[in-house]
Amino acid sequence: MKALRWVVGVVGELLITVGLLTLLFVAWQLWWTDVTANREQAVEVQNLERGFLHDDAVTPTPSPAPTPLPTPTATSIAVRSGQPFAIMRIPRFGADYARPVIEGTEKEMLGKGVGHYVGTATPGMLGNFATAGHRTTYGKPYADIDKLQKGDIIVVETKADYIVYAVQRHVIVTPDHVEVIAPVPQRPGVAPTEAWMTMTACEPKFSARLRYVVFSKLVEIIPRADGLPASLMVVPRGVS
Amino acid sequence: MYGPLWRLLPGPRSVKALQSLILVAGVVVVCFLWLFPAIAPLMPFNDNAVQTGPQSPGLQSPEPTASVP
Repeated sequence: MKALRWVVGVVGELLITVGLLTLLFVAWQLWWTDVTANREQAVEVQNLERGFLHDDAVTPTPSPAPTPLPTPTATSIAVRSGQPFAIMRIPRFGADYARPVIEGTEKEMLGKGVGHYVGTATPGMLGNFATAGHRTTYGKPYADIDKLQKGDIIVVETKADYIVYAVQRHVIVTPDHVEVIAPVPQRPGVAPTEAWMTMTACEPKFSARLRYVVFSKLVEIIPRADGLPASLMVVPRGVS
Repeated sequence: MYGPLWRLLPGPRSVKALQSLILVAGVVVVCFLWLFPAIAPLMPFNDNAVQTGPQSPGLQSPEPTASVP
């Protein structure tokens, strides 16, 4: 009888322990991953900003040649998987919103910032610059994706240019709808004549059942030397 | 389980309590830094991408196949 009571006591304590550890995991997932990822991503943005400036000095143009007119078929950047290569700025998400864009969309990369679907267009290129981001946890770069409205500005900053997109529309689809990242969004197999950008994130929040997808279209490409107009980065009014 | 552990800790009650707190903090640290990051990828709610198959988020095969949970 005494042994039975002891066994029941131990089992009870084990169950309580498992329950507490589960709560602890929830706290880690919902809170701590944001704390660490926000910090890391802020550092990464700083590194990129410094790198963009520094690399210009390392690879100097031999003569101050006039920069050619930027075309939508701009530079295709060769980036290794898992490497950050751009900074995304979205005024709707806040004046100081800046996230690194990482090559690849595996979990490991999405923890470091916004992920770029391998094989899709690079920023500003003809086709579809397709990205994925966390809606919750790990710094949640796309937490407010559902707040984006038509005309909202998205700036992708690369070493060479500021690439400016404007939000056009959104769809909510199941995760197998890969045509949202086709060169012409939602029209697989069609040859692109415009530069688009796609953002995908979880829908609803805290679920992976669906994807919230936002399509934006290229507005302009501003060479880095010209600077980013402050008027572009004004936080839009009428936050829903 | 916790009873014998309590008895195992040396010193008066206040010292035992302090040691218990340190042990709990140690468990939390181990969980946050190693255990949870290791098991998080196995959780079903961390997908944000659209994809063609369970292990190919790339665009090599543009036909949608199975839906990923």
